[in-house]
Amino acid sequence: MMEIGLNHYLILSTILFAIGLVGIMRRKNLLLLFFATEILLNAVNIAFAAISHYYGDLTGQMFAFFVIAIAASELAVGLGLLIVWYKRHGTIDLDTMTSMRG
Amino acid sequence: MFEAIAFYLFAFLTIAMFFITVTTSQALYALSALAAGMIFISAFFFILGADFLGAVQIIVYTGAVMALYAFGMMFFDTTREVKEKKGNKFIIVGLATLAAIMVVVIFVAPLVSDNINAFYPMVEGVGNTQEVGMVLFTKYLIPFEVAAVMLLVAMVAGIVLAGKKMDLSITLMTDAEIIDMKKDTKKETLS
Repeated sequence: MMEIGLNHYLILSTILFAIGLVGIMRRKNLLLLFFATEILLNAVNIAFAAISHYYGDLTGQMFAFFVIAIAASELAVGLGLLIVWYKRHGTIDLDTMTSMRG
Repeated sequence: MFEAIAFYLFAFLTIAMFFITVTTSQALYALSALAAGMIFISAFFFILGADFLGAVQIIVYTGAVMALYAFGMMFFDTTREVKEKKGNKFIIVGLATLAAIMVVVIFVAPLVSDNINAFYPMVEGVGNTQEVGMVLFTKYLIPFEVAAVMLLVAMVAGIVLAGKKMDLSITLMTDAEIIDMKKDTKKETLS
C-alpha cells in the first residue's frame, strides 16, 4: 500500500484513459471532444514515463516527448479547421456535420 | 512514505479534474479543469524522476496548448450550455472501461512476460535533462527532425486555416457591409 510500484501508475493511467473515452463517447461539442483526446494522450504519457522509470530505460520518455509534439500539432490543425467550420456554419456540434443521408 | 502521499494526492486531484472536464456542461469550466489536470500530471513526471518531461508538460500543455484553446474559444459561443448526447450511460462507461483495460493489457503483456530489455539504460550520476539530450540527439535524431517538420507543417496549416479573412474586422464594419459579407459566405457554402 505504501510502496508505489508500476502497477499503481498503470491503474491510474487506465482510470484516466477510461475517463477520456467516456468523454469522447458522450460529448457532442467538438471543442470538448478535443479536450477528451488531450486526456487520452496524457494518460498514455503517464504510462510511458512510469514504465521508463521502473525499467531504467529512457525510450519511454522519448516516446512521451513525441506524443506531446503530436498532440500540439494535432491541436493546431484541428483548431484551425474548427474555426473555419464555425465561421461557415455558426455551430461546432457534431450532429450538424452529417452530410450523408442514409 | 512521502512518495505514496504525493502519488495518492495527485492521483485524486488529476482524476477529479479530468472528471470535471468530461462531465461539466460549461466549456470554460472544462478548459480550466483541463489546465489544472495537466499541471497535476506533471507532478507524476517529477515523482518518476523525469524532470525534463515534467517541465515540457507544463510549458507545452499549460503554456501553449491551453493558451491556444483559450484563444480558440474566443471564436466560439462558449457561454451557452453544451448539449450532451442522450444515450445509455452504463453502456458508455462500460465500453470505455473495457477499452482502457484492453489498451493497458496490450502495453503490459510484454512487461509481464519479461521480454523487455533496456535499450538505453539510465546512466548513473547524470541528470535527467542531460540523459534525455544524449539519447534524443543520438538515437532519436531522425524522429526528432521529423517531429520538427511535422510541427512546421501544423503551424503553416493552422495559419492558413484560421487566418482567412483576418484582415476584416466586424467591429469596424457597418451593418450593411456585414450583411453583404454574410450573403457572400452563404453563397460560398452552397456552391
